[in-house]
Amino acid sequence: MIAMEHMAPIMFGSLILVMLIGFPVAFSLAGLGLGFGYFAISQGFFNEAFMGNLPIRLFGVLSNELLLSIPFFTFMGAILERCGLAEDLLEGTGQLFGSKPGGLGFAVIIVGAILGAITGTVAASVIAMGVISLPVMMRYGYNMRYATGVIAASGTITQLIPPSLVLVVLADQLGQSVGDMYKGAIGPSMLQTAMFLLFTLGVALFKPQWVPPLPEEARTLKGAALIKRVLWGMLPSVVLIFLVLGTLFMGLATPTEAGALGAFGGMALAALHRRLNLDLIWQAMDSTVRVTTMVIFILLGSSVFSMVFQGVDGNVWIEHLLADLPGGVIGFLIVVNIFVFFLAFFLDFFEIAFIIVPLLAPVAQKLGIDLVWFGVLLCVNMQTSFMHPPFGFALFYLRGIADQIHKSGAIPRPIESKDIYLGAIPWVVMQLMLVAVVIFWPGSVTYWLDKEEVVNTDDVKIEMKIEDTGVEDMPPVMLEFGASEAASAP
Amino acid sequence: MHLYIRWVDALSKALGALAAWALLGACTISAGNALLRYAFNMGSNAWLEAQWYLFGFAVLAGAPMLFTLNEHVRVDVIYGSRSPRTKAWIDALGIALVLLPLCAIIVHLSGQFVIDSYQQQEHSPSAGGLIRWPIKAAIPIGFALLGLQALAELFKRILFLRSGEAVVPDYERPLQ
Repeated sequence: MIAMEHMAPIMFGSLILVMLIGFPVAFSLAGLGLGFGYFAISQGFFNEAFMGNLPIRLFGVLSNELLLSIPFFTFMGAILERCGLAEDLLEGTGQLFGSKPGGLGFAVIIVGAILGAITGTVAASVIAMGVISLPVMMRYGYNMRYATGVIAASGTITQLIPPSLVLVVLADQLGQSVGDMYKGAIGPSMLQTAMFLLFTLGVALFKPQWVPPLPEEARTLKGAALIKRVLWGMLPSVVLIFLVLGTLFMGLATPTEAGALGAFGGMALAALHRRLNLDLIWQAMDSTVRVTTMVIFILLGSSVFSMVFQGVDGNVWIEHLLADLPGGVIGFLIVVNIFVFFLAFFLDFFEIAFIIVPLLAPVAQKLGIDLVWFGVLLCVNMQTSFMHPPFGFALFYLRGIADQIHKSGAIPRPIESKDIYLGAIPWVVMQLMLVAVVIFWPGSVTYWLDKEEVVNTDDVKIEMKIEDTGVEDMPPVMLEFGASEAASAP
Repeated sequence: MHLYIRWVDALSKALGALAAWALLGACTISAGNALLRYAFNMGSNAWLEAQWYLFGFAVLAGAPMLFTLNEHVRVDVIYGSRSPRTKAWIDALGIALVLLPLCAIIVHLSGQFVIDSYQQQEHSPSAGGLIRWPIKAAIPIGFALLGLQALAELFKRILFLRSGEAVVPDYERPLQ
């Protein structure tokens, strides 16, 4: 009736259809996997014993020590986002840069990057910065579209800046070490922050009326008091980040342990600000359980699905589909990125990471693509999913709080969805530019990797080549790079 | 039906709280492992494994609670704009046709897996590691509990469709 080679496309098609219905993703995935699995058995594609692997798969997910870092980093973020850190940071830096045109914009971008590193949820960053900065920006005559855009975009840096959950999940799915993923993401996240700052500088130079400086009376803190405020807000959190990432990068702790230490560091920090109490801890624990269960359940579901999908040679099908694209490595990357960009209109990054990435990874590996580079690239790309209509999360949160703020009377006129959507456009364009930068300049990712592994001089030479060569030479260089890294790995 | 919903909701909520403590425990153990290893050069496989045992328990215990909150992620491109009745129908059919059989099958498949492990008194391959069956047993137990909650959720949808009794929180996409 149905030949084996038709199973994979049918499964993939049903996956899309079933997901669109809106039943929880985790259950849909597992259900489809089981359904097709038993169908395949009835057709004789594989024997009954095949399903016996299922508990082993599920157990594999639960016994994965790496995934433990998800609750730990979530817990650290959950504590920190509730202890008023964002307020401290924003008020200090806002006052510091406030006297210059665009100053509040700079403050939001910098604070966004710091918050991104410590709290790890886009929602928390966007909401905190929106509540605090949006009214100030509106009151002093910032262009509405710029204001909403900068807040939403700075919130999404969270996704990319280590220690980010997305990178942990991608590391797991790509079989790379979390430390390497984090190192790889350093370059792009700095580039991203720099791009945003440059854009704001440009606005301040060419459209200063959009980003006026704060008037004298709004700058209450000066001199030593201001410096103290900024340092008090910033130093402890920066120290915490460096401790967490530092112990990880130096190999003193596993990602899991770094997360656990970070969680306790976060509690210490909250205590330092005299905001630690049982209620706070309980709230943080509660949201940690919810996030963790949600994520791991999708993973459980997708492990059932992918077990059957691979059983019917779905990976072979995907490989045929993608391996023969014109343009080799670059062609593959461009197609994949466009695909993921559009997919991100409908799916959250967890779904992309758990369903799509495992399908793409083997193909990428076969093409000789460095998987850390590939993962960071996808991560950069998935940032945009927060920023574009109609479902961009960051915009959605901003919409919600803009209404609230308006009702409370803090901003004079309501912010329209149109302003938020149009305001997001330049930032999405910048994020896409970063995707292009990372594609054509793999060194932006791998630079940080090599520096740490002082293995041999060959690696360094290769890396220089990457920086110098243009587009044309890329595939052979990457192949060589992948091979030399594999050789130096053991 | 009401009584069943109340009992199962309460059970799931309690399990959720237990899961929260399990994760905090895992976190403490993990931080403790790292500190002890560097401070005193001590380490034990049993403690290393204890952290992911707790993690496994927490995830499986947390799932029913997440269900009561209606927080399992959905693709809401279409779902989000449906009427409450349509949503209830989607959920009810999904639970009855997909989730309940799914839980039953997983319980069935993993049952043997646990029994084998128990009969062989399987231990972790690392020295000083923990005995395996408790964490393996968590899989069928976890999915059985999820099944109980799924039935409660099914009842909630049926009540809603029959008499408009709104007991299910609106689905909102989770914070990320």
